[in-house]
Amino acid sequence: MATKVVMEALSPTMEEGRLVEWKKKEGDTIAVGDVLAEVETDKAVMELVARAAGTLLKLAVPVGTTVPVANVVAWIGTPGESVGDGAPPPPPAPARAGTPASAAPVAPLTPPTAAAPAAPGRVKASPLARKIAADRGLDLGAIAGSGPAGRVIARDLDGARPAAAMRAAPPAAAGGYEDVPLSQIRKTIAKRLAQSIGPIPTFYLTTDVDMTRMWEAREALVGTQRGAGAGAGEVKVSFNDIIIKATASALLRHPACNAWWQDDHIRVWHEVHVGMAVAIPDGLITPVIRHAEGKSLREIAAESKDLATRARERKLTPEEYTGSTFSISNLGMLEIEHFTAIINPPEAGILAVGKIRDEAVVVEGQVRVRKAMRLTMSCDHRVIDGATGAQFLKTLKQMLENPLALVF
Amino acid sequence: MANQFDVIIVGGGPAGYVCAIRAAQLGLSTAVVEKDKLGGVCVNIGCIPTKALLHSAMVANIVSHDAKDLGVEVGAVKTDYGVAMKRSRKVSEQNSKGVEFLMKKHKVTVIKGAGVLQAGRKVKVGSDLYEAKKAVVLATGSRTKGIPQIGLELDRKLVISSDEALFLEQAPKSIAIVGAGAVGTEFADIFNAFGSKVWLIEALPRMLPVEDAESSDAIARLYKKRGIEVRAGAAVKKATVGKDKVTLEVESAGQKETIEAEKVLMAAGRAVNTESMGFKEAGVQLTDRGFVKVDLATLETTAPGVYAIGDVAGPPMLAHKGSREGVFVAELISGHKPAAIKYDNIPGVTYCHPEVASIGLTEEQCKEKKLDHQVGRFPFSANGRARASNETDGFVKIIRGKKYGEILGAHIVGSHASEMIHELAVARENEFTVEEVDLAVHAHPTLSEAIAEAALDSMGRVMHI
Repeated sequence: MATKVVMEALSPTMEEGRLVEWKKKEGDTIAVGDVLAEVETDKAVMELVARAAGTLLKLAVPVGTTVPVANVVAWIGTPGESVGDGAPPPPPAPARAGTPASAAPVAPLTPPTAAAPAAPGRVKASPLARKIAADRGLDLGAIAGSGPAGRVIARDLDGARPAAAMRAAPPAAAGGYEDVPLSQIRKTIAKRLAQSIGPIPTFYLTTDVDMTRMWEAREALVGTQRGAGAGAGEVKVSFNDIIIKATASALLRHPACNAWWQDDHIRVWHEVHVGMAVAIPDGLITPVIRHAEGKSLREIAAESKDLATRARERKLTPEEYTGSTFSISNLGMLEIEHFTAIINPPEAGILAVGKIRDEAVVVEGQVRVRKAMRLTMSCDHRVIDGATGAQFLKTLKQMLENPLALVF
Repeated sequence: MANQFDVIIVGGGPAGYVCAIRAAQLGLSTAVVEKDKLGGVCVNIGCIPTKALLHSAMVANIVSHDAKDLGVEVGAVKTDYGVAMKRSRKVSEQNSKGVEFLMKKHKVTVIKGAGVLQAGRKVKVGSDLYEAKKAVVLATGSRTKGIPQIGLELDRKLVISSDEALFLEQAPKSIAIVGAGAVGTEFADIFNAFGSKVWLIEALPRMLPVEDAESSDAIARLYKKRGIEVRAGAAVKKATVGKDKVTLEVESAGQKETIEAEKVLMAAGRAVNTESMGFKEAGVQLTDRGFVKVDLATLETTAPGVYAIGDVAGPPMLAHKGSREGVFVAELISGHKPAAIKYDNIPGVTYCHPEVASIGLTEEQCKEKKLDHQVGRFPFSANGRARASNETDGFVKIIRGKKYGEILGAHIVGSHASEMIHELAVARENEFTVEEVDLAVHAHPTLSEAIAEAALDSMGRVMHI
């Protein structure tokens, strides 16, 4: 029987994908790894690649169709071979590990017959494949099985991408954290506060930062960049870049704020992966500056510009917008002075950055004009207590008020 | 055209005749070319008659050594190899007839004679030329051989092979068996039971060298107890074939020894049948080791439309491996997409007493491959059924992957090891882990409970020990 090509979970949260364009046509010879189609996921336009070699026998789905993950979109085999029994294959199993099954009705796969699939079938997989998939966070429903009747066997998992694992941890972060068991008091705090306010009991901390010296320092830095003829490709450092850098440094000193709520434990990160919220035409995406704690301002500036540009073009890969340990949302350029941002779970905190404004302050009896910026941190109270968040915010404020701290 | 078939299979052994049945089932017009008896070495001078003799040997051992303790007195025991041999011949004939019947039943044409491959999917038998529309399948098998380099060319009188041993009218007073693989080990068992003085000589460091070292050691120990002289890591330095005896100079562990035996049985490897059948002329190339060169994904040879299966296509030289290849090729030729053969999941069995069976990797191989593994063991001495039936020799050993519990290898030494290994073959074929093996309820009391216990032991949860 021919091999089925299924809609794969191309992003960690993807439950269905819209077929944007077929890159191959029926009758084409296909090698493993060939790009078959472009698929629009919930976050980006991604490539669907072939997992089997042969001839593309049938495109089961026309362009524009939205297909649930694990449903067949095409068949690969030898010319003349029949493509299955014509019945649409089982939709994703409800009990699949990792990804919640879509409750939406399954779209008809073969327009001419338009037959609705039977009740959701289970994913056929060997016990060993199930164990490996559970261990590696693989979504069995998204993998084309090569065993009898499409059964997923261990070999099929070679090189499979860990969909759930990607959501759970950045790929290169093994060992960069410490899992802390919940103390009874933390459990009680978590339970009571969640009952009181919602699944993520959030509180807010606001502070004003005097950005005068940072303003001057940045002016000087940008001037130097310009003066040095700023080689092609040199990216102008923005305030946002400075805030990312300072936040990463401050989080290193306050790891309790750089943590994930994991239901039965807290994962405290020793690496800082900063998610930066970027507005895109139909929503919002949070590309991640990885290991921001170890990057220079120059690197952060270049990376954030590149990520933001590609985010707007919807060209990010899932690895580039998942796995952040703390997030920053900056609406300063939109003239917002103060706002609160919503926590991006499992992270425990997010920083809302307002615009830098001139403010009259009284210093030693004199009215002076200072550059002021308001920071508001949303904290998940299950992880961060008031004082913990305040201490972090104090360190961040001191760093931003003293530019030398950035290199200290 | 009368001389045209979809498929022509050269060789009617367990690879060829099975291929023919499957091809016929799939609607192909099929012919098998066989110069001798249907069923090949396996049915006529291999697997089947040796099993008949081994059964006689087992009965002889039970009656001689165990019966009295079991409450059955039979008086003085007399064995007669000639009678056992004649019975084994009947069994072989029945089986060969059975294959003939199967060929008729499936409407497979049997062409008697030696087939010679011709270019363009043709086979010549005598002066007749046959043409295959779809494929020719080479299943020409293998044959016994001596080692002329050390003076042990088969003379088939004093220096014999299994071919002759299977037709002896009486057991020799003494016999030196060169090669302690499955064949040598089985004949040592047979002749020992029929009263011969037996030396079993193996060049590699232990007998049954492809088995797990624990299996080899267990059998070596039991053989020595039965008076079989096992010489492993032993080199035959010189052989002198006299008028009615053979003298072997054997060196092992620096010790020299002279062995005089009425007969020498050569059981060190087999030669594949690739000569004077037109292979080369038709474009069928061989490997460095002398097997027919095949594409492992399709078993097609270097000549288009010509396939090779069984011993001639490469190791392991086992009947069941050849049969599976026969089915595979038949399905391929008829346009199906057969599941790939898992060459790492072919059981190996030696039918000595107790039997030795294995599948997958040995513990040594797991170490070489640096696989993180855990060994589980269970001895039959702790198994109720084994005690009841006086079969407490041996054990079950399961090697599992530490992380996921997959069965990397399984090794059984025991009276019914050959029948028990398939539970683990099925488990491995379906990627069951040791947990599923344990979860399957095993009937009590059975020897197979030892498999579940070994699975448990590999997880550190053995119960009955």
